[in-house]
Amino acid sequence: MSIEKSSPPLAEPLLAPPKPVTRTRTRLWSGSSLGANVFAGVSQIFLIVWAIMVIFPFVWMVMTSFKTDQEIFFSPWKLPAALDWHNFTRAWTEASIGRYFLNSIIVVAGSLVLTLLLSSMAAYVLARYEFPGRSIIYYGFLIGLMFPVFLALVPLFFVVRDLHMLSTYQGLILVYAAYSFPFSIFFLTSFFRTLPGEVAEAAIVDGASHYRVFFNIMLPMAKSGIIAIGIFNFLGQWNQFILPLVLNPNESKYLLSQGIAFLAIQQGYQNDWSALFAGLTITTIPTLVVYVIFQRRLESGLTAGALKG
Amino acid sequence: MNHHKYRLIVPFLAPSIILYGIFVLWPYAQSFYVALTQWQGVSANKKFVGLQNFDKLFHDPFFWNALKHNGEMLVFLPILTIGISLVFATMFTQGGKGIRGSGFYRVVFFFPQVMSVVIIGVLWSFIYNPQIGLLTSTLNKVGLGFIAPSSGWLGDPGWALWMIGLVVVWQAVGFYMVLFVAGMQSIPTTFYEAATLDGANRWTAFWGITLPLMWDNIRVALVYIGIAALDLFTIVDTMTEGQAGPNRATQVLSHYMYESAFTNSQFGYATAIGVTLLALTLLLSVITLRVTQRERLEY
Repeated sequence: MSIEKSSPPLAEPLLAPPKPVTRTRTRLWSGSSLGANVFAGVSQIFLIVWAIMVIFPFVWMVMTSFKTDQEIFFSPWKLPAALDWHNFTRAWTEASIGRYFLNSIIVVAGSLVLTLLLSSMAAYVLARYEFPGRSIIYYGFLIGLMFPVFLALVPLFFVVRDLHMLSTYQGLILVYAAYSFPFSIFFLTSFFRTLPGEVAEAAIVDGASHYRVFFNIMLPMAKSGIIAIGIFNFLGQWNQFILPLVLNPNESKYLLSQGIAFLAIQQGYQNDWSALFAGLTITTIPTLVVYVIFQRRLESGLTAGALKG
Repeated sequence: MNHHKYRLIVPFLAPSIILYGIFVLWPYAQSFYVALTQWQGVSANKKFVGLQNFDKLFHDPFFWNALKHNGEMLVFLPILTIGISLVFATMFTQGGKGIRGSGFYRVVFFFPQVMSVVIIGVLWSFIYNPQIGLLTSTLNKVGLGFIAPSSGWLGDPGWALWMIGLVVVWQAVGFYMVLFVAGMQSIPTTFYEAATLDGANRWTAFWGITLPLMWDNIRVALVYIGIAALDLFTIVDTMTEGQAGPNRATQVLSHYMYESAFTNSQFGYATAIGVTLLALTLLLSVITLRVTQRERLEY
């Protein structure tokens, strides 16, 4: 926000002793308290309606994943007669969700490690050292934020193909990491800048090498920033679709997002909806878990980055 | 000790610069050249054709069809998303803590942001499914079943794009709500208290205090949504199962670009579409920021 706070607002001189301003919510606005209650009531209705619209599709998804195909077709609203766990095993094995899940885990885990390691190293150097070319490199990384991914898709496909890395774990890991650098480095650079320098300087005076300072002092201090960017990258990479769609044509190597899309098209011919819904539920669980655990951090990290940028 | 720092700087920067250069910068740089060629992708020989691709897309009805859809979403998405998010953000910040249940609602409303767009696309395709889906059966139960188009919500060229737009709004509101809450929380409540003393009600306070002070946040939101409206690849691809929708009624430019490249093997042409899309995105962002510029407020 570009609004600058220069001084506290001046109180206007009042001709009569000020009315006592009560601090409860409903008294804030002029008008009857009936008006305030109506407003509160109508607001609650909107909120509840939207909450239903958000929660219900997921509840329906989970509920449907326990049904049989017959139940799905004839009674979309009813609860399943029995909890059909076979849908899940079928999704995992026959529909290959298990294999896709494993592929996603391998790629995302590898990519997260690489992203966090390399971007914290780069951000540290960019934040705390002076050297010629520093600005160029920093802005070079930021440019990646401005360009939409689809522009690079065609040449990227050929670059990866010529490196013989199509449909390989390493290809996807390297590409994922490379595209994560702009935001991660941007975020971590400003984060490293805020860390106090005294401990590091004292260590250098005591003879510690630059490496030791980074790994033993600065990196542990940066833990919360690295966790925040780690969560953010996990969510982005787990849900990534268009990159694997272009770079990962081999079905056995499909990631979860591709697999679900593939399954959705396939089921049009096979009508195995129950397995598809089970697949959807299986895919949703990791993100749900990560969200519930890290929700606060995610919200604050997101707004800090978005508002500053 | 200073000269020793390069022993750290170079190995720390080199890996990321190398990866970034190979997989990000080099493809982007290449794309500007590839857009000027005709290329089937089979051999390394690209035939230089100058601006012919751009001339072609200018006269391509599919290009304009896709662009039109992006344009429709460009109007539809910001109005609904920002409107709804502002309303919720106001509810969640009034009186300091917001309306009852704010904490719970905020956690819940943000959840769709965390979901994979593919999951959301597939799930909502099913909700829209005329036989087994929630929407049609709900309407039937309340007697409004006649609204549903006969070829299905996603099968009818008139409805399909807007139904997809609604899903985008559904997912996006959570993010912008969080953004606006953060912005509104930095407005001092003393302003609202002073306004009450002057006889203001909620409505005038919103337009007179909240909106002007939130204007920069709203501008940022408009730019983000504009950029998203010119993309929309994943949601469209997922909800139309890789096709372009009935009579291409839901095709957006990013999808047409993908189709030109990977279905029709017209890589030069596809990249030209990509470059055009980039130019449109940049142009849109600049115009949005200029048009919405106001004096900086100081207080």
